[in-house]
Amino acid sequence: MQDGIALEMKGISKSFPGVLALNNVDFTLRAGEVHALMGENGAGKSTLIKVLTGVYEKDAGQVSVGGKTVNFKSPQEAQAGGVGTVYQEITLCPNITVAENLFIGRARDPFVKWGDMNKRAHDILDSLGIPAVPRQQLSSCSLAVQQMIAIARAMDMESSILILDEPTSSLDEGEVRKLFALMNDLKGRGVGIIFVTHFIDQVYEVSDRITVLRGGELVGEYVASEMPQLELVSKMMGKDLDDIDKIKDMQVAREETGEYIYEARGLSSDAGVRPFDFHIRKGEVNGFTGLLGSGRSESIRAIFAADRVTGGTVKIKGKKLRIDKPIKAMKSGIGYLPEDRKADGIIADLSVRDNIILALQVMKGFFRPFSNAEAQAFAEEYIGALNIKTASSNTPIKSLSGGNQQKVILARWLLTHPDYLILDEPTRGIDIGTKVEIQKLVLKLASEGMSVTFISSEVEEMLRTCSRLIVMKDRRIVGELRGDELTQNHVMQTIAKGVSADA
Amino acid sequence: MLERRQVLIPLVVLAMLIVVNMVKGLDYFSVDIVNGALYGNIPNILFGASELVIISIGMTLVTSASGGQDISVGMSATIASAAFIQVLANIGNQSVLGVFVSFLACCAVGALLGLFNGTLVAVFRIQPMVATLILFTAGRSIAFLIDGKVSPNLRNPITAQLGGVIPGVPIQTPIILTALVICIVALVFKFTNLKLYTQSVGINEKAAKLNGIDPVKIKILAFVILGICCAIAGFISVCKNGRHDSVNLLKLIEMDAILAVAIGGNALSGGKFNMAGAIIGAFTIEILNRTLLRYGVSPDAIKAVKAIFIIFLMAASSPVVVNQFNKLKERVSRKFIQAPERTCGPNMEGQ
Repeated sequence: MQDGIALEMKGISKSFPGVLALNNVDFTLRAGEVHALMGENGAGKSTLIKVLTGVYEKDAGQVSVGGKTVNFKSPQEAQAGGVGTVYQEITLCPNITVAENLFIGRARDPFVKWGDMNKRAHDILDSLGIPAVPRQQLSSCSLAVQQMIAIARAMDMESSILILDEPTSSLDEGEVRKLFALMNDLKGRGVGIIFVTHFIDQVYEVSDRITVLRGGELVGEYVASEMPQLELVSKMMGKDLDDIDKIKDMQVAREETGEYIYEARGLSSDAGVRPFDFHIRKGEVNGFTGLLGSGRSESIRAIFAADRVTGGTVKIKGKKLRIDKPIKAMKSGIGYLPEDRKADGIIADLSVRDNIILALQVMKGFFRPFSNAEAQAFAEEYIGALNIKTASSNTPIKSLSGGNQQKVILARWLLTHPDYLILDEPTRGIDIGTKVEIQKLVLKLASEGMSVTFISSEVEEMLRTCSRLIVMKDRRIVGELRGDELTQNHVMQTIAKGVSADA
Repeated sequence: MLERRQVLIPLVVLAMLIVVNMVKGLDYFSVDIVNGALYGNIPNILFGASELVIISIGMTLVTSASGGQDISVGMSATIASAAFIQVLANIGNQSVLGVFVSFLACCAVGALLGLFNGTLVAVFRIQPMVATLILFTAGRSIAFLIDGKVSPNLRNPITAQLGGVIPGVPIQTPIILTALVICIVALVFKFTNLKLYTQSVGINEKAAKLNGIDPVKIKILAFVILGICCAIAGFISVCKNGRHDSVNLLKLIEMDAILAVAIGGNALSGGKFNMAGAIIGAFTIEILNRTLLRYGVSPDAIKAVKAIFIIFLMAASSPVVVNQFNKLKERVSRKFIQAPERTCGPNMEGQ
């Protein structure tokens, strides 16, 4: 590892109306290192990144890149100054070629030399070992390759500093490997990489150093290899954390005798799930697991009629019902927290209050709106109960952090007092403190008699909370695990052994 | 907070226009009583803006729900009011009931036209502007055919009163009708979830659907409401003019209505909306027209001057300028008031 300082930020402060988002934060990035920036939601990670790249103007402090003091006014300026950024959402154009994406908006003369461009693109892809062809349409590449092309684009603009903001959140395990290989390669070339992520395991895999922020303040900078994982978590949370272990104790082995709350036979939808049988008992917590694309989300969407239901019979508490619209599912006591919070969950511009009351309001009916006082009371009740951090119930939900947005959506469904609550990835992209809170809440609700289906891509979370796991592969159920079988090993084996219908 | 800021810009513009008018002459607010009714600048503005205000209300809903605009509003109004005249002529009686029945028919036609546009947009997922291009192109011809290829006159004492003054009432009737429409809309917002549903669909259709709202129904509903607004506007217009001129009736009102929505601080891409803003926006446009006339700008040049004014108005309310303004404000306040350091952290209150 080289010792050259690539980036130095000193005494950075930034305040927004009502909040001091960064308070005198220092951050140092050396050339040729991967430096993880960690903290819970609202800790100030993204504010720090945005101050660096010129999205926000800092109130105080100094930034120097390669020893020279800089003050970027926009991401473009930052890019020109050698600071490249790759965001969580891929910001390329899917309908043009890889080469065009690499060079778009960067031509100096008005004519495009296609031959040259494709050749240069080929060289870049080759040198970084990215498995893509210049003339290929971007949309035909996998998400990981697209992410890598975004990195290549940032790198080709001769960046000495590369910021990766949650680059792995939409990638599967194999894709993450490829991305890490690329990161290591860049590191070897002396690029300083700032790695922002929620996945602690990944931090340990690639990072040399870790800087932890909490509540807008610097907690400290640590060498990754000298920092035990548990201590890192407690640094982020600001308290010692045995909470995760306590969850396991909360889970009571449930006798499988409760009445069936929901029962489906041969259920299928136009999202491409093969007809499946499923049931859940009163007070049970179960989960669907499987690799990305195994159909776990599609299955539960079929239960809620989020996609068009194409077949099957459904019984609610033993009574046969036709559920072909979300409103019917809601009225039969089913709540559904969707996987993609931004696209399917929040109504971004509406207030926290409107977002909380929405589902119950729709169930109550178009002609029977809640009075302001009622709505306010509901909102305040759940803001308190779930400890939602918001300036007021009138704040637009989009200005809340991811974890708090998720709590608002959770509040929305809890307010409808469902018998059966479906939670698809409620813990994705949110800080570990909130993750623990949500898992605890799930177990508490179950102990009060609610049935919950809980899905998470982190298998440990499901093993901790579910008493029964349904394993999916290739859009069909390949196994069911309960009791002693609930181990990571068993899940893997079931997936591996599962008979693929396409095989 | 956001809503207040949204209304702020049109209000400031409104105030500026009034000041400009007062510079020209202090008689701006003077009101005369002619034949027992109030006349003068202010009543004339309210009178003149009535059709635009009513259509802007519907346009705001359509913009919010569909993220696009209906450019056929003038044509819908023309067709619906043609139907009004035909029904009234066929009933052949000049009673209040006859006018009322004809008015209902007019609204029904407006609703049908809205249903047509709404179905194209919501069910067939055609861009609103493209979908409404159909009626935009064909609308006036259809009205001309309904009229029987003439411009029929409306010789009816009742409609003359509805478009003018009812004896004994000091306010011109179109102003009262407009106020009535605004009241009805306010009541609908209070006693139904129209606003919540429309905004939810406009902001995030998928999420709205997963919360049990049917986006197709809401979009169609918005277009139907706009259709009825157009019908009422068309009705007021023929009552005012006493004849149905299918070529010039509410000509170019679609652009003014879209503009009113925008001046009111509403995003033309849909979502969250502010009805009061759109209504103020509509009045602003009317006042602007009259101010230019008052300053002797020739009617031919009015559109050009108006365009320049609108550029400034839009630039002033654009996020770029608003952000710069806020930064400036922040800097000034920091210079003069040493702001106390606040405790940091994302938790602002409610702990």
